[in-house]
Amino acid sequence: MYTDKVMDHFSNPRNAGVIENADGIGEVGNPVCGDMMAFYIKVKDDKLDDVKFQTFGCVAAIAVSSIVSEMAKGKSLKEAKLITKKTVTESLDGLPKEKMHCSNLGAEALAKAIKDYETKISE
Amino acid sequence: MNLIYMDHASATPVREQVIKAMVPYFDLQFGNPSAVYDMGFNIKQVIEEQRAHVARLIGAKANEIIFASSGAEANNLAIKGVALAGQKKGKHIIISAIEHHSVLNSARFLERMDFEVTFLPVDEHGLVDPERLAKVIRPETILVSVMHANNEIGTIQAISELSSICREKGVIFHTDAVASVGNIPVDVNVLGVDLLSLSGISLGAPKGTGALYFKKNIRLMPLIHGGIQEMGRRGGTENVPGIVGLGKASELAANEISAKKDQLQKLRELLVSGIQEKIKKVTLTGHPDKRLPGHASFCIEAIEGEALIYMLNQDGIYSNTGSACASKALKTSPVLVAIGVPPDLAQGSVVFTMNNNSVQEVRYVLEKLASAVEKLRSLSPIWREKTA
Repeated sequence: MYTDKVMDHFSNPRNAGVIENADGIGEVGNPVCGDMMAFYIKVKDDKLDDVKFQTFGCVAAIAVSSIVSEMAKGKSLKEAKLITKKTVTESLDGLPKEKMHCSNLGAEALAKAIKDYETKISE
Repeated sequence: MNLIYMDHASATPVREQVIKAMVPYFDLQFGNPSAVYDMGFNIKQVIEEQRAHVARLIGAKANEIIFASSGAEANNLAIKGVALAGQKKGKHIIISAIEHHSVLNSARFLERMDFEVTFLPVDEHGLVDPERLAKVIRPETILVSVMHANNEIGTIQAISELSSICREKGVIFHTDAVASVGNIPVDVNVLGVDLLSLSGISLGAPKGTGALYFKKNIRLMPLIHGGIQEMGRRGGTENVPGIVGLGKASELAANEISAKKDQLQKLRELLVSGIQEKIKKVTLTGHPDKRLPGHASFCIEAIEGEALIYMLNQDGIYSNTGSACASKALKTSPVLVAIGVPPDLAQGSVVFTMNNNSVQEVRYVLEKLASAVEKLRSLSPIWREKTA
């Protein structure tokens, strides 16, 4: 059902965990409907110096979170904002159709974390 | 890596003796059982012998057994067949809230045909309350269907109590015994049922086999119209190799079932107590005692079942889950909803159904399950909230 890439990220998730005193935090989903993701970012010189995530959910949800963290880490905020559901799916060599809607929330969670950071610094 | 199979509720391996018994009916004895020459006649005789084997397994008479293509077909034939044949008397049927989809969706189909369906709630262990059943039966009720044992939570219903209420009120009673026949002794006279469905998949018979027991006086509308095969209740040339497989498996099961129960119960107790010892915040689903001997089902907090199944798969362990993410429809198992498991906890459902498993295998599963849960919880934001 899942591609090798998905299974690799599920089995060996990159950047799992929490950043204490994160510059931005983004949470999406909720455990009642199935998947929930939290992204934590550390920003330095307008770049994502560190990205970590926590995920409650299925194989797809965990793999999506892992690859988003990998895609985002080291990127400028501007570049990181270009990560979408579509680019995430492509990087994983595809996701099952029924998983596209509820499990593919990583890009959204990351965007929320960046927004959280931007709101904080503009205050 | 050895494979540890703990999903016997989904399918069981076909036994060697069963395969051996089936083989001649593919090529040597290939004739149509309806043919009047020797080969046809002989095969017809063989089918009747198998009918007797299946009947003996459940304490029935041979002429009360109809062969079907699956437990699902047997359930369809029971629900729709009885309803369509009895609709002059009334158009109300009652089923429990934890029925298999083949019963549930047959009832839903009847709703679209202007039947009325009452769904009987169950308690937190999945048991139907007999008093509640007595209260919802009306003069126009023609059928009650409550499953014998539940495949997802293992709970065994007090069928004889429920059936006697129906008998007093003159209502036909059906039970889906797909999960129980082959795992525990089942006797239609003890259960007091009018119809009972069983399947080859629980019995070590091939997929595509099943049977419906129906008491002689029960009127049943066929779903497959055709020739007079299966006493006119099911048209179509018989699946002879499948029927031989089901017959052989029934014959073997009848001799082994009592001895198997104790062994399976020991394995289950080891698994249940081990999980409760090694893993925090885990709930046993279904009834603690009134359950299938080899059936252990849980909801584990703060993790999701599909991810857990894949992780166990990587350790060579096959198990099952009622998690929404693992179902194609992305819906939480209706059974877990019916017993009142909150939706977030239901996500962490895992089901182990054992048969020829060993103590060693159970120990290995316990070890791997504990580490898989630990790994998934280390990723889980809601586990962090729980421990904070």
